[in-house]
Amino acid sequence: MTVLLFLIPLALLLGLIALGAFMWSLKRGQFEDLDGAAHRVLMDDDIEGEHER
Amino acid sequence: MTAAFDYDSLVTRSENGARRFEAAVEGMTCAACIGEIEAGLRDLPGLDHVRVNYTNRRLALEWRDDSFDLASAFEPLRRMGYTVRPFELAESEREEIETSRWLLRCLAIAGFAAMNVMLLSVGVWVGGGDGDIDPATRDLFHGVSALIALPAAAFAGQPFFRSAFGALRAGRLNMDVPISLGVLLALGMSVYETLTHAEHAYFDSATMLLSFLLLGRFLDHAMRRKTRAVAANLAALRAPLACRLSSDGAETIVPLAKIAPGDMVRVRPGERLPVDGVVATGASQLDESLVTGETKRRAVAPGDQVYAGSMNYDGALTIRVEAANGATLLDDIERLLEKATHARSRYMRLADRVSRLYAPMVHLAALSTALFWLWRDASLHDALIAAICVLIITCPCALALAVPAVQVVASGALFRAGVLLNSADAIERLAEADTIVFDKTGTLTAPEPRVVNAGDVDAGVIDLAARLARVSSHPLARAVAQERPQAEPLEAREEHGRGVCAMVEGVEARLGSPAFCGLEDEAARVGALDGDMSLVAFRHGETRALFHIRQALRSDAVGTIMALKARGVAIEILSGDRAEAVEQVACALGVPRWSGGLKPADKVARLEALRAEGRKVLMVGDGLNDAPALASAYVSLSPIDATQITQAAADAVFLGERLAPVVATLDLARKARALMRQNLALSVIYNVFAVPLAMAGWLTPLIAAAAMSGSSILVTLNALRAGSNRERLPSPLPQSGGEIGRGCVKGGDVKPDSPPLHLSPASREREQVAALGAFRGKSASMESVE
Repeated sequence: MTVLLFLIPLALLLGLIALGAFMWSLKRGQFEDLDGAAHRVLMDDDIEGEHER
Repeated sequence: MTAAFDYDSLVTRSENGARRFEAAVEGMTCAACIGEIEAGLRDLPGLDHVRVNYTNRRLALEWRDDSFDLASAFEPLRRMGYTVRPFELAESEREEIETSRWLLRCLAIAGFAAMNVMLLSVGVWVGGGDGDIDPATRDLFHGVSALIALPAAAFAGQPFFRSAFGALRAGRLNMDVPISLGVLLALGMSVYETLTHAEHAYFDSATMLLSFLLLGRFLDHAMRRKTRAVAANLAALRAPLACRLSSDGAETIVPLAKIAPGDMVRVRPGERLPVDGVVATGASQLDESLVTGETKRRAVAPGDQVYAGSMNYDGALTIRVEAANGATLLDDIERLLEKATHARSRYMRLADRVSRLYAPMVHLAALSTALFWLWRDASLHDALIAAICVLIITCPCALALAVPAVQVVASGALFRAGVLLNSADAIERLAEADTIVFDKTGTLTAPEPRVVNAGDVDAGVIDLAARLARVSSHPLARAVAQERPQAEPLEAREEHGRGVCAMVEGVEARLGSPAFCGLEDEAARVGALDGDMSLVAFRHGETRALFHIRQALRSDAVGTIMALKARGVAIEILSGDRAEAVEQVACALGVPRWSGGLKPADKVARLEALRAEGRKVLMVGDGLNDAPALASAYVSLSPIDATQITQAAADAVFLGERLAPVVATLDLARKARALMRQNLALSVIYNVFAVPLAMAGWLTPLIAAAAMSGSSILVTLNALRAGSNRERLPSPLPQSGGEIGRGCVKGGDVKPDSPPLHLSPASREREQVAALGAFRGKSASMESVE
């Protein structure tokens, strides 16, 4: 069962990374405009006009 | 507009030199507007950052460059058809945002802990009993769980611990006391069990409990925050700007908050007075119906006291802003308001009432369990374990969700019906109201006067008259213009104080006072019949017409009153207007109980009398003179176009020209209360089944976890029913959400007469609302009773 000593910290570490990512995005204000974010993902304004066409 | 707007006062500067400006945007109706606005502004020289917040319908601009001209940003927006109003984040809203972020952080931590602890717990459960997990591994799992759960609970439990501590210090019990106790005991006992190598630990129950409760609390908060953001936008879009006159005669337009006593403010005809003060120069007629309820206009001259919210009719005024000096109408209202707000008996919320009963019972049950087991010769350890299990299982997860979950869903439904809640417990109080007291002017009647004889006038005449009326800013002309909201303004000349005239098909057309159009005789005859009526005359060659203009009932007032009566509510009208005017309205609506000529104090006295009779009064009013009555009533509602002081005093505000939201509010509130009770009953039933298990000592962590999440989900699902209203309530307005509206206005020139920053937004906003709503039929004009 010694594999647990390795696997449990690993699982926790992964969880902590996700938690950290969430906290970071919260701090950066990414949850301030949820409706807008839902629509922005569909916008093409980041495509550079000329060489794409 | 001649005066320049003073933007500098609204720009915030951060330490690193960046400047930020926020504005509420009206007209953003679809997602494409985000791209359009941002693309339209991105290329402005000097502007660093432009960001639209679609949820709140707000725009933020940031720049460092001194050469950036803020005013230049408004021109493209105006051309795209958006109305922009500068916006200052209120301190209260800033705090809301902070709290909401804090709750979300707590929720994230609690959720992380719950998931990881559950991961370990499932292992213990599956391997438990006669299973294959050896005691050392189990201890390891419990130990790791403790390491996760303890710091997580210390952080994520703060919202509950703080509130519980506050309540205990004040000598009260609220729902957070048993919650905190349950969490702390579950953790404490689990640590003890871990250290003594016992079979069960309850770390998963404690963390799961916290995440469920935090989820409920966060949703509750988010909904209220959204409502508040919309209300703040409306306030910014409608709050009057004031035109300040500096000593050298220059005019600057500033937000009202920047006006100080002693400033001179200019008010043109057709605008509402933004401030209280004394007339310095000019003479005019003021319509003070929003302030006092009186519909007759008052003539003012230099030296007269005037009040914010009055409509200026005839002449331009210069007003010296004055702080209250203790003797004016406003001071009276202020005093009454303060008294009423203090006197309002602290309403005990349903949840608090339940927890007041519930908490002692829980503690009693735990105590008797311990005593019972001791009496049956169990060891002290086993008796305590059983007692703590009772506390864990009764820890009111479902109970704490029962009321907030319904509140979130119900306030969402109210929001869609055009009603914004100011206070959290308003729903419960609204549901209990059994008497409704209406103010007359501006509440039962439409806030702006209307043409009441449009049916008798030739349609072609109205078309032409409305086009003429568009040119004038006179309030009576606006009433004529409202008859044809789409009318194109004519090239007309305004003769001050008399009317407008233009050449149409080679013949002069005139709209204005009867004398201006040569209709004095007829006007005198009609005027003699009814003193309250204002007349606007029209002449085009031989065609003549006389428009009768007066305060008219809101389009659905009769239907609303009937609907309310059908719900078994007693109705009464209290008005500051003259008794005859009130009687007419009361007859038209079929309301037998009314009184007129009341001062603010009289209204409060009448409400006190009703309360003494044991009635729970819902007060609906909009005037400044209603503010004390609104604050002293059991619960209160106010239309959003009312004065700000009234909006602040009311428990909820509703949008739009129609009165129907009053019925919708009552229905939704009653439904919500019924669901709250059902939910409370559900949680009690859950306890009836679960507590005996705990008392008998059969409670395992698995049962605790299943019971807790099962009951929470059940209660939440039941709460969702509050949002599904079978009878569709028609009244949402474009401001209240993106779904309904006039469609996105794409490019092009839109309404050349609506500058991005205009001076009398309230009336113009109403014009737009009027244009949108299909209320053109004057279903219940007051002549029907004359």
